[in-house]
Amino acid sequence: MSTIKNRLSVDENAPILTATALTRLYGERVGCRDVSFSLWPGEVLGIVGESGSGKSTLLRCLAGQDRPTSGTIALNFDGVPINLFDISEPMRRQLMRTKWGIVHQNPRDGLRMDVSAGGNIGERLMDRGDRHYGKIRSSALDWLSRVEIETNRVDDYPRQFSGGMQQRLQLARVLVPEPKLVFMDEPTGGLDVSVQARLLDLLRVLVRDLGIAAIIVTHDLAVARLLTDRLMVMKDGAVVEEGLTDQVLDDPHHAYTQLLTSAVLAA
Amino acid sequence: MTAMIKVHALQKHFIMHNQGGIRLPVFSDVAFDVSAGEALILHGESGVGKTSLLRILYGNYKPSSGHVLVRHGEDYIDLATATPRAILTVRRKTIRYVSQFLRVIPRVTTLDIVKDPLLARGIDDAMATEKAKDLLSRLNLAERLWHLAPATFSGGEQQRVNIARCFVDPASILLLDEPTASLDAKNRDVVVDLINEARESGAAIIGIFHDEYVRDRVATRRLDLTQFKKAA
Repeated sequence: MSTIKNRLSVDENAPILTATALTRLYGERVGCRDVSFSLWPGEVLGIVGESGSGKSTLLRCLAGQDRPTSGTIALNFDGVPINLFDISEPMRRQLMRTKWGIVHQNPRDGLRMDVSAGGNIGERLMDRGDRHYGKIRSSALDWLSRVEIETNRVDDYPRQFSGGMQQRLQLARVLVPEPKLVFMDEPTGGLDVSVQARLLDLLRVLVRDLGIAAIIVTHDLAVARLLTDRLMVMKDGAVVEEGLTDQVLDDPHHAYTQLLTSAVLAA
Repeated sequence: MTAMIKVHALQKHFIMHNQGGIRLPVFSDVAFDVSAGEALILHGESGVGKTSLLRILYGNYKPSSGHVLVRHGEDYIDLATATPRAILTVRRKTIRYVSQFLRVIPRVTTLDIVKDPLLARGIDDAMATEKAKDLLSRLNLAERLWHLAPATFSGGEQQRVNIARCFVDPASILLLDEPTASLDAKNRDVVVDLINEARESGAAIIGIFHDEYVRDRVATRRLDLTQFKKAA
């Protein structure tokens, strides 16, 4: 029995993100408390729970938008370990521009509405230091087609797009600098079911092809099942159950997870 | 022969927290080994826990206690205590599971579904496509369906897509839950051949088959789960 291993060699690679005992309090009120986990390159983690469970607070802390009351977030890009809230504000901004991306539920929060579709994508490449106009333009056109927006819309403004198209444009804007880590808050939130399916399939393929790590907050268990490898279930700011996504959904152990999974109407 | 799966003192029950905390026992003290080149058929009446056992062997259900050692490369991994990442790696390389139903992903074509396990293992697209097409032809799935998503297919057509996805890249452990349930006689025989070919080339197979005809052609050994029910 000496050969039994519960950790494979792949586990010996460094996680890209490690959260330790993260707590965010708003005065007396608990946003999230004592959350710890690791995320490895190429892995997709889902966070589910009802409104007010703390999942969006946790995501904001992880993405560097909100400072946790206590706890640490260790990041490891290219073998250089850093602590997210120990570095200077300019360094943190630099990281956010180049190493990670945030997909907002409302595309208006992630897009520049007064800049053309092509500009929304190209701007991110210029942030990264690209200066050649022709290359930026062709890269923008390439990304528009990858997110299934007709390339003749490149000079149109986001407000001329439907909600689903805006969301796909936001996706292109976030993914064009080839981030290592992407945070998504209810990425299919305000969309019709048919539009959702298209976006979900795009997300699934892009995440796999680019090998990025992603953290997806959703209240939709079907979205979690389709997109994520691992799942954390949150209630009242704490993680009550976590594990392999299909195991948590098919064999839930915590009372709250059982309630969530049994409350879904089968379509 | 090398044991591919070793099950030891396995016990499973469900606790329904929102139904008064009722405890539903499934089985206890389950123990068996399955070696490379064997096909173990699970027996017993409906409710005896055949599908639950198969799901535990895939890491989809969690054992309440006991061990499920799976041979992965040169090591044994205990699915009862393995990390989610370890289980995902075992699934990618070592275990395939065919359920009774295909979980359809919107917009993904039949060919892409069947190719997926090969691509995930790093096989190039041309080779993966060729293998997928060969298998879909062998399972008599009409070529006009290959570039469609299976959402609108019949039960038998969906089931053949599911089977093709498993046998396009047979792993060393195959878990089969009624793979022939909705197939006609001709396709049922193709599946029986596929199972036997995989076994003869060294796969360990654990399956549930209600069809006596299929059972007789596939089984090298049978295990009645009724004996583990009483103790639970």
